[in-house]
Amino acid sequence: MNAVTTKIDSFLDREYEAGFVTEIESDTIPKGLSEDTIRLISARKGEPAFMLEWRLAAYRHWLTMTTPTWAQVWYPPVDFQDIVYYAAPKQKKDGPKSLDEVDPELLRTYEKLGVPLHERAKLAGVAVDAVFDSVSVATTFQKQLAEHGIIFCSFSEAVKTHPELVKKYLGSVVPPNDNFYAALNSAVFSDGSFVFIPKGVKCPMELSTYFRINAKDSGQFERTLIIAEEGASVSYLEGCTAPMRDENQLHAAVVELVALDDAHIKYSTVQNWYPGDKDGKGGIYNFVTKRGDCRGARSRISWTQVETGSAITWKYPSVVLRGDDSVGEFHSVALSNHRQQADTGTKMIHIGRNTRSTILSKGISAGHGSNTYRGMVRITPKAVGARNYTQCDSLLIGDKCAAHTFPTVEVRHPSAQVEHEATTSRIGEDQLFYAMQRGLSAEDAVSMIVSGFCREVFKELPMEFAVEAQNLLGVSLEGSVG
Amino acid sequence: MLQINDLHASVEGKQILRGLNLEVKSGEVHAIMGPNGSGKSTLAQVLAGRESYHVDGGSVTWDGKDLLALPAEERAREGLFLAFQYPVEIPGVSNAYFLKAAVNAVRRHRKLPELDAMDFLKRVKAEMKAVGMREEFLYRSVNEGFSGGEKKRNEVLQMALLEPRLAVLDETDSGLDIDALRIVADGVNRLRSPERSMIVITHYQRLLDYIVPDKVHVLSKGRIAHSGGPELALELEQRGYAWIGDELKETGAGAKAPAAAARSGAAQ
Repeated sequence: MNAVTTKIDSFLDREYEAGFVTEIESDTIPKGLSEDTIRLISARKGEPAFMLEWRLAAYRHWLTMTTPTWAQVWYPPVDFQDIVYYAAPKQKKDGPKSLDEVDPELLRTYEKLGVPLHERAKLAGVAVDAVFDSVSVATTFQKQLAEHGIIFCSFSEAVKTHPELVKKYLGSVVPPNDNFYAALNSAVFSDGSFVFIPKGVKCPMELSTYFRINAKDSGQFERTLIIAEEGASVSYLEGCTAPMRDENQLHAAVVELVALDDAHIKYSTVQNWYPGDKDGKGGIYNFVTKRGDCRGARSRISWTQVETGSAITWKYPSVVLRGDDSVGEFHSVALSNHRQQADTGTKMIHIGRNTRSTILSKGISAGHGSNTYRGMVRITPKAVGARNYTQCDSLLIGDKCAAHTFPTVEVRHPSAQVEHEATTSRIGEDQLFYAMQRGLSAEDAVSMIVSGFCREVFKELPMEFAVEAQNLLGVSLEGSVG
Repeated sequence: MLQINDLHASVEGKQILRGLNLEVKSGEVHAIMGPNGSGKSTLAQVLAGRESYHVDGGSVTWDGKDLLALPAEERAREGLFLAFQYPVEIPGVSNAYFLKAAVNAVRRHRKLPELDAMDFLKRVKAEMKAVGMREEFLYRSVNEGFSGGEKKRNEVLQMALLEPRLAVLDETDSGLDIDALRIVADGVNRLRSPERSMIVITHYQRLLDYIVPDKVHVLSKGRIAHSGGPELALELEQRGYAWIGDELKETGAGAKAPAAAARSGAAQ
């Protein structure tokens, strides 16, 4: 290892900035998972009977399933009896009604994370649902949104106030028996966000959810459901962080998107779960099922993700292109530094006529990181005139990391046009020296090359978050050559 | 002024420079010629501070400072510029962005205000015109897909923008046709000034038809074997490099033992 790489190493070794713990009294249930656990969670949340039945059915199915092993990731088996399935900061009955009632310690936590919950603060144009461990602690701008007929609330609240919508759409995109982690989530999910944009309404502001895992030994199982009716549109963003702990913590979320005729949903993720230390100790297992259903004609769903955190990422935000002329998009930057492992990509399932999809994946591997793109493009027999364009680029920093690409293409109609391009490049010592000979520091040179690599994806992010994502990438990359 | 004393350097354990001495005064242009493998490029890389080139002994003083003690980026900010023999491609990073970042890194170091986008574009466009580069090259990735000649012009463009005090041109003429060579040479000649020293490394005399040096040195087996005025270049063209070696043998200069080991690692 020469001095240039040593410099980058120290740059890449910057601290995980969101790694603090909030000291707060927590209402946690004992570790372990059984039907009783599920009844307990459901009771804590005061859910109607249909929810409990739904959960129990999912649990019984989950018991028949086994952990998926096909991903390019390695970790010891997860002991599902050693996890706390519900942890909530103690608060007054029925949750806070306004921000004034939220524990100031929680407000400070979000402030510290750069997500102030005061409605006139920095993120003035963004409505935030703040999910802390297993519960939503505050949702901003609800009144203003309600004036447009928009429902933006925690999932728990939606179950009580809009059970008909929940019944109609929950599990309609990701059925409870879809896969191992989706089944687990369906059984034990605790909270998440619910968004409903009625017919013809363009959501006037960005909606976002900020997920925070705080409690020790707990898993976070959130459930998000976004429905855009005919002609509606919404841009939604989620952010995630967790304290630095030596134990691995499980995060198994399910996100379902439904877009009816002419609706447009843009879903962006900036994922910065604790990645573990540089030797791979601790960190979040991020096992997530995200799927959008372009149910209506001319509907459009775009996923944009910047994945910099988590010890392991297992995540394939997908689009089912059911409606004729519907459009699916996936833009991804995934970074694996130190001992991080990411196996991520997308599925584009073309069912309707003249459906189109675009996949743009940028994988960055540094340190001993392993980065895998796994994607599927399926053109079903009825998908006349379907088109897909896929571009997968990998960037290697240093010589101990790995990049893999596993694209699957299934074409069952002769009119389909499917294109796939892939490149792999490396930040070389010669590039760094060239930049340094022009007066740039090694750090600036690396971040310049990395942001050049990611530019096409970053420009898909909402303005407020593009800068944050870029900074985050700088932080996550510190110390990556070795 | 640049003063190189008894410089020894190696690459991957192989000794290349074996006691090189050279003095370049402000405003002077020195040409360094020599056969392949004589150490020309190694000298350029060592001066620029490339880490894979190991300095085993000797010293390099630049305007009173110990050049070898400075990291590569500091040398660049202090005004040392290396025009690369093989300019490096940086995909995804636009030339404009790269040049602006470099110019401002150097300006910050010199306590000058940073150039904003407007001022920068004005300057860079003027300089591009001078080296015959079309504006579209600003928006292409650094050196990516550039022809050999375009890459070399891009080097001269960067040199003009960064206004170095010491410019080292490593075989900037290699692979150029005569028109490109003339443009590069014009660029270099425009930059000649009493405050600026230049070391022009070349394999062929051809470049020196356009850039007339103050001194010409012949490098052989890692040291300066012969020095003279511009006429030496012509003599080399006629007689080749072989006679230099013979001359070395006769004077016994080649037999001197390298004084390397005792000071190895001094620069790291």
